[in-house]
This record gives sequence, structure tokens and C-alpha cells, in this order.
Amino acid sequence: MATQHSRSAARIMMAPAVFLLLVWMLVPLCMTLWFSFRNYLPLRGGDLGFAGFNNFTRFVSSSAFWPSVLTTLIIVGGVLLISIVFGVLLAILLDKPMWGQGIVRILVIAPFFVMPTVSALVWKNMFMDPVNGVLAHLWRFFGADPLVWLQDASVFSIILIVSWQWLPFATLILLTAIQSLDSEQLEAAEIDGATPLARFFFISLPHLSRAITIVVLIQTIFVLAVFAEIFVTTGGAFGTRTLTYLIYQRVLESQNIGLGSAGGVYAIILANIVAIFLMRIVGKNLDN
Amino acid sequence: MARAVTSQRKALNTVVAWSIGLLIFFPILWTILTSFKSEAEAIANPPVFMFFDWTLENYSVVLERSNYMRFLTNSVIIAGGSTLLGVLIAVPAAWSMAFVPSRRTKDILLWMLSTKMLPAVGVLYPIYLLCIRLGVLDNRAALVVILMLINLPIIVWMLYTYFREIPGEILEAARMDGATLKDEILYVLTPMAIPGIASTLLLNFILAWNEAFWTLNLTSVDAAPLTAFIASYSSPEGLFFAKLSAASTMAIAPILILGWFSQKQLVRGLTFGAVK
Repeated sequence: MATQHSRSAARIMMAPAVFLLLVWMLVPLCMTLWFSFRNYLPLRGGDLGFAGFNNFTRFVSSSAFWPSVLTTLIIVGGVLLISIVFGVLLAILLDKPMWGQGIVRILVIAPFFVMPTVSALVWKNMFMDPVNGVLAHLWRFFGADPLVWLQDASVFSIILIVSWQWLPFATLILLTAIQSLDSEQLEAAEIDGATPLARFFFISLPHLSRAITIVVLIQTIFVLAVFAEIFVTTGGAFGTRTLTYLIYQRVLESQNIGLGSAGGVYAIILANIVAIFLMRIVGKNLDN
Repeated sequence: MARAVTSQRKALNTVVAWSIGLLIFFPILWTILTSFKSEAEAIANPPVFMFFDWTLENYSVVLERSNYMRFLTNSVIIAGGSTLLGVLIAVPAAWSMAFVPSRRTKDILLWMLSTKMLPAVGVLYPIYLLCIRLGVLDNRAALVVILMLINLPIIVWMLYTYFREIPGEILEAARMDGATLKDEILYVLTPMAIPGIASTLLLNFILAWNEAFWTLNLTSVDAAPLTAFIASYSSPEGLFFAKLSAASTMAIAPILILGWFSQKQLVRGLTFGAVK
């Protein structure tokens, strides 16, 4: 029922948001692209001219690159594994009848609302401190030597901290999806003699597959960009330097803008590969 | 045909779920408890759980020592300002996309979503440089604008999904009754849109409050919010567990309370309507 008049009004109403996002996307993106082809060292002479693809090859061939890619993959993979496996189990559990369901939900979701710098510092000091941390007390209680978590199991520690923040998110999304499952289907299967395990694998899990995919994609994008959790715990030491952190160090710590920008271009490409899959699912959902 | 649940089963579910829930919540509980301990009790071996001399000393020390109020004010201004500004810009956009959709609406929505996927670190230096050149490094207004731009795609999306649930027939009925465009917006749409707008404000305030990439990298003193205040505790001097806990509790308490009200909106807002 849209008239010509309301169409042009609609365009004007959309304009500010579209214009701002366009500027916000294009200007920094073009600058990053420009810098990635320059030999740009602000503290050592400024812009020293065109560098060709030098920055791109140097970023990839530096000794820090492949370890950082590996660390990134391990952290993203670890967080996804923990949050999906435990998220599915927790969601199924929370869907069952129990007393105080609302309160348990609140307890489980709470970590997602904790500021990343707070959760990183609380874990680093009050839990993972090798002398006074809760985990050290626990280890001593069982007669074991306390771990120096952020040195001896540094990557695992980061995975633990980040998972603690994202497991609640996964659980909440999966719980929402489970609640839309038709319970009569499960009852019919039960009457036909399907075991609980068969019901889980052939009814619940397929029903959840779309929600799981969405959790995987969204978490991948956010966990690829994890920063504060590393910044305040290890500062990138002990093998916890991710691709994001490596780029941050190149740009702001060693002020090698050309090199850091080339890294940035790689990070943008990587995130876009994930984003394409996410947008496809979201886009399909818009049609109906 | 609801299944009869034996109370035994229900009791078992309850015990298991509560244990796991408390385990997940424990770090937060422990932080809150530790904030009321003395520094000596905070590192007592074996640890004390509930039975210690409860004290408010840590809170008064933190409040005195570190200009806590300035950080808090900055957090409120940056999170609140960016959210309000974002909603102001997004409401007309979402309104027009929901009620006057065109062939390009879907593409525009997906494109907006794609800007949210841009990794911040990829554009760190350009933004940093622009802030220096414009003289707005460590400036609250600059952070308000940047966090607004970061959350704008989510704000537009959330509002769009809420607005789309408002039945279009109601508008037609209002028009038949002779309502002008102004009447339509003021008396028909606004009352129906307010719950959606409130939810959007709430969730995005939380997201902006917790944002810790730009707030850490673009502030030092004047504009530093609570994220930076807490990060300044990462180099400890002496006994500090109890004070760290007090500072942390103050930084997360308001958001935990708001967060509990926004569970449903969280699903809608962060999955872009793909999970309902």
C-alpha cells in the first residue's frame, strides 16, 4: 500500500543510519588498505613510501604469525567445543521440570553480563593465583601441587575464562530453541519405544541444529576478536598471542602501521568468510 | 497429553540443575563475598566462605582512592549516550524498513549486519589516527559516537524485528478513520512500539557498558570508563584481593540487575531474529 510519497519519506528516514554506517565502514577500511601498502613507521621517520605487497608477505613470514594462527584456532575451537557440548546438555536439563527453574536460569546466564575486564581479573587473581587462588586451595586440598595456571596452562586458562562468559550465551539460545520443540513428538517416540539416547540424537539434536549453527557462527566472530581477556591476564605472553593480539601489538606497541594494517586486512578477510555463512542463514530467515 | 513427572525425577533434576547453576555462578558469588572481607581474610588458608567479620572498608577505600565516581560517570555517559543516540537514529530507519519495505530492504539489513562483523582490530589504527587528528583521543563524545556506530546495526535490527510484529492493518484502520501521518505515529505506533524500544535500549546499554576494546585503546584518563578502571588493577601492589573484589562488584552489580530483566531480548538482539 506504499505510495510514491511514503516511499521517498522512507528513504529520507533511512538515510542517516545508512550514511553513518557507510562512512564508519568505508573510511577506516580504505585507510587500513592504504596503510597496508605503505612503509609507515610514525616513531621512526613516518611514511617512508610505497611498500608493494611487502607488508603482506612480511606479516605472514614473521616467526610470530603461524603460532598466533594456531593459538587463535585452539582458543576459538576450545570455546566452541565447551560452549556447544555443555550448552546443549545444560539447555536440555534446564528445560526439564524442577523447583526454582527461574532462579537457576538467572544463575546460569549471569556470567554473560560481567564486564570482560572484570571476569579476566577475577579469574586471574582470585581463582588462578598459584598461591592464594581458589583453584590452588582446591589442588592443595587434594594433595596436588597448585598449577601456575596462566604460565603452565596459559591457553587452556584463556579458553576457560572465555568459555565461562560464552557458555551462558549458548545455553540461553539453545534453551530458547528447545522450548519451541513440540513435546508430543518426543512422547510419540517414547511410546514407540525409543530410548532416551535415541530420542536425543534423532529428535532433539536435529531440531537444535539450526540454533547450534547460529551459536557457532556468532561466537566465532566474537571469540576471534577476544582482546580484554588476554590484555589483562597474560598480555600475549606464554603462547596466548592470538591474531587479534598480534595485530594490536604491531600497531600500537611497536607502531609498525604498515605491517599491522596488512595483518588487519587478513583479519577482515577471515572474519568475512565466517560472516558470509552467518548472513546466509539470517537472510533466509528474513524471507518468511 | 502431559507426561506425569514423578516427584523423585523432579527432585533429581532440581539438585543437578542447582549444583551446576551455583558452580557457574560461583566466581561472581565469591567476588561479592570477598569484597566484604578484610585483605587478610581474603587470602586466608583454608578460605573462609561466610563466617568472617563482614566489613565495608574495601568499598570506602576504593571510593576514596581511585576517583571511582569519575569512572562511573564516564561509563554512564558513554553507555547511555551511545545507546540513546543510536536509538534516535535507528527508529526512523527501522520504522521505514518495517512499514514501507522495498526490494532492497533485505539487502540493506544484511549489509548493516555485515558492518558489525568487521573486526575492530582491523581498523584500530585508522580510528586511533582520526581521533588524534581531530583532537578527540580520550574524549567522551568520541566514544559515544564510536560505540553508537558499533551497536547501530544491532539497534536497527532489534527495532526492525519489533516493529514488524505491529500489524499493518491497524495503520490502515487508523487511516480510514482519517488519521494523519502525525496522528498515526503519535497515537497508534508509538504506544505499540514503546516496549520494543525499551528492550532495545536496555540490551544495548549493557553491550556498551561492557565494551572493552575501544574503551581500553582510546582512553587514558579523562574519558576512561569502568572497564579501564578495572584493567588498572591488573598490576597489583601488595594485598588487594578484597579491594579488587569491591571494585569489581561495583562495576558489575548494576549491569547484572539490568541483565536479569533482558534475557529474552538478548536472544532476539544477538541472533538477529534467527532464533525465536
